[in-house]
Amino acid sequence: MIKLRLEQREKTSAWLNLALPIAAVLATLVLCGGLIKIAGANVLEAYAVLFSSALDSKFNIVETIVKAAPLVLTGLAVAVAFRAKFWNIGAEGQFLIGAMGAVFIGTQEGLPAWSLVPLMIATGMLAGGLWAALPAFLKTRYKVDDVVTTLLLNFIVFYGMMALLDGPWKDPLSGYPDSPDIRMDAEFPILLQATRLHLGVLLAVLAALLVWWLMRFTTLGFAIRAVGENPRAAAYAGHNITKVIMLTALISGGLAGLAGVGEAAGLHFQVMAGISTNYGYTGIVIAMLARLNPLGIVPAALFFSIIITGAEAMSRSTGVPVFLADVIQGTALMTMLIALLFTSYRIRVSTARHG
Amino acid sequence: MDEILNQVFQVGFFAAMIRIATPLLFATIGELFAERSGVLNLGIEGIMLLSAMTGFSTAYFTGSLWLGIAAAMLTGAVAGILMGVLTVTFGLSQHVSGLGLTMLCSGLAFFFYRVIFGQPQSPPNIESFHPVALPVLADIPVLGPVLFNQYALVYFALILVPLTAFVLYKTPWGLHLRTVGESPHAADSAGVSVAAIRYQALMLSGALMGIGGAFLSMAQFNAFTFGVISGRGWVCIALVVFGQWGPWRSAMAVLLFAFIDALQLRLQASAVIDVPYQVFLMMPFVLTIVMMALVSRNARAPAALLQPFRKEER
Repeated sequence: MIKLRLEQREKTSAWLNLALPIAAVLATLVLCGGLIKIAGANVLEAYAVLFSSALDSKFNIVETIVKAAPLVLTGLAVAVAFRAKFWNIGAEGQFLIGAMGAVFIGTQEGLPAWSLVPLMIATGMLAGGLWAALPAFLKTRYKVDDVVTTLLLNFIVFYGMMALLDGPWKDPLSGYPDSPDIRMDAEFPILLQATRLHLGVLLAVLAALLVWWLMRFTTLGFAIRAVGENPRAAAYAGHNITKVIMLTALISGGLAGLAGVGEAAGLHFQVMAGISTNYGYTGIVIAMLARLNPLGIVPAALFFSIIITGAEAMSRSTGVPVFLADVIQGTALMTMLIALLFTSYRIRVSTARHG
Repeated sequence: MDEILNQVFQVGFFAAMIRIATPLLFATIGELFAERSGVLNLGIEGIMLLSAMTGFSTAYFTGSLWLGIAAAMLTGAVAGILMGVLTVTFGLSQHVSGLGLTMLCSGLAFFFYRVIFGQPQSPPNIESFHPVALPVLADIPVLGPVLFNQYALVYFALILVPLTAFVLYKTPWGLHLRTVGESPHAADSAGVSVAAIRYQALMLSGALMGIGGAFLSMAQFNAFTFGVISGRGWVCIALVVFGQWGPWRSAMAVLLFAFIDALQLRLQASAVIDVPYQVFLMMPFVLTIVMMALVSRNARAPAALLQPFRKEER
């Protein structure tokens, strides 16, 4: 009889760090290929459209990069939080409140033009950070499960936003639930002429570098990891767990808030119902695919940006529902999780004979 | 104020409350079985959504509502097996596995709905469940119309609570389930298969969540919409905590939540209080968080919740 069993590995080899996400993605694409077939399309053709359409012209490449910016930031937000085992599933809500903060500042007539962009960034990040600090406070003070609160807070902020868009921020002319536009001089500068490549993209890349530096070289980064790995040991080592988790939440929420600022100030110039297409939830998949490594989040976010933008083109030309992109995200999260097993375990095949 | 009270608290109000409670009761009890075995099933939101879709589609094509319910239960059970593969067999993070399951199931629900129905002008609908008046009982004043002139699934939900209590506390399987959730090593030493019990609990959990989802698309409404669950699954996770992992207390938590939800719907409709309707929609979520904050400090979750079990590791 052949028996398979998991055996602990002593060390993870470096090549696995790259091989595992790739293997997980390939497995995902194979599995989801079955769905394309069920939808009545040619699998290779559909994938060809999906991947090429996002990259077949300079315009589309830039659009894919622009789309990746909020994903990098929500991915970072999740990665920082998960490192401390603060289960922040609320990046979606923190994104929305960040976008609202930016629009609130960007529509103020009294502010001097030079102050708008920095104030929008600061307000949006602070709003996101505080929104994440609430569940962190409930977790550390009242032991309330953070998964549930962060999820529920997403709904609260969404309905709050809709009340705002339906009330004080309602466009009196169109009657649509769109906020007023921000001032022209509050719009993020464009980095590449005649494209939509805005300041937010640069901020996302800088944030990835900064978070990498924070997690790797600072005491706070060390404390975040220590609390996540073993809170009791971290407390013995003199870390104030409550403080570390609160700071983690502020950073995490701030990053998600910044994603919202970028979308509001760099792309839409307003807040509307569909401003986030599940960026917060996609951030979870991205963070896991990157194994919570801040630098790995950039390519992972680009990959999902390709999937999300490419899925629309694929849907138009082959008729496969655009929701394939959502299935790919869920499947990728699972395959990556399984792939991660191989970093700490190996499968040992042993043969045992029946006596 | 009296006028508002009279307007709100009529027999119809309590009947509506019971209807709101029904899908939540199925899903909450489902979650309870999973958690008592030691597995947090965060797939709940996605399982409810996918089951709402499969149940509705099956009923649409076969014309049989009960086949729809069966399909929804099967969907949930299969999703439960998948959760088991990830968290029991592989011992992966229950948090991330559950979120992955929700994402996968939600994606599949939308994907297959489009594959099956395309993008029609008006959403397809079915002849949904009708209330069934129970003879004699339905004629009891007040209690009759509230409890005994309801959908058949409501009666099942009402029976489900004592049944769950019986199964958990009076049967050998229930004892095994609780032991696996509290002390898997003790269960293992006693010859109980931890993995088998957890798989069974997850399948049961998924099937019950499936009924909850299908109730929404087949009884409460007569069509599947993308927002048919909209957070109800997440609320159920909180209700289990608020119910302290016990069937009766969880049922009480569900009823309390349903009371609040029915109340906000009435207030919204009566338009006596002038606030945006979104504030009412928000209210159940705010109150759930407040409820969680009140009880969580003293909550005692199953000791082995979130802990994967591997025989050789202690």
